[in-house]
Amino acid sequence: MQGYLMAFIIGGLICVVGQLIMDLTPLTPAHVLVLFVVLGALLSGMGLYQPLVDLGGAGATVPLPGFGHNLVTGTIEDIDKYGFTGIFTGPLRAAAAGVTAAVVFGLIMAALFNPRG
Amino acid sequence: MPQAGGAGDDRYFNKWYEAQYNQVKPKPPLVKNMLWAFVVGGLICVIGQVFANYFVDMGLSKKEAGVPTTIVMVFLGAFFTGLGVYDELGRRAGAGSVVPITGFANSVVAPAMEFKREGFVFGVAAKMFVIAGPVIVYGVTTAVLVGLIYWIRH
Repeated sequence: MQGYLMAFIIGGLICVVGQLIMDLTPLTPAHVLVLFVVLGALLSGMGLYQPLVDLGGAGATVPLPGFGHNLVTGTIEDIDKYGFTGIFTGPLRAAAAGVTAAVVFGLIMAALFNPRG
Repeated sequence: MPQAGGAGDDRYFNKWYEAQYNQVKPKPPLVKNMLWAFVVGGLICVIGQVFANYFVDMGLSKKEAGVPTTIVMVFLGAFFTGLGVYDELGRRAGAGSVVPITGFANSVVAPAMEFKREGFVFGVAAKMFVIAGPVIVYGVTTAVLVGLIYWIRH
């Protein structure tokens, strides 16, 4: 139960930061997505995002900064395994599940459904 | 109200006008938006946690459970976008529906559906990446830079 509460709070707070950016700056939702992935990757590189994941679980991994964190941890794993080439294999290997799911389900949904209105 | 005179007075008048205008123009419902983003974003993460716990119960480690959880969340985001429900939710939830990975799925499916009439190559497949493309480009590039620094230091 504690885990669900922390996921709710951490995930909710990350979304509030996104909302503040959207309301107080001219940035669009697309900008926020890009910004959050980059921020997550940078925080992860500085070792600051993993503590948030330990605290919030899915509350930190489901929002887009978690995707950036995922890219960086995957890259570091590959560098540890393969050395320099890991810099090039890591990011997309780490992103594989999310991107492949988005492409395949995206194509299926676009084929099945039509936009409203 | 000040009398209009030289250039200095104009500046003063503009300032005064702006202050008056700011008093009557509707304020963005900042607190309400934040509350919606918090609740909806938090609940989407709770759904993610439900699936993550399920995969851990199935015998995966916490870290391994992230992959199937991502796949399920992307599916849900894509499916509810197809149904037209997700964009309805987004009207209220704002960042609460944009920032979770379901919002990333939404950013793929919504333009793919929207541009279906332009065909499955230049419409669906090309427009799919209108937002996801930049996310991948800058995400991957940042990961490469972080990786490069890590490689140099180790």
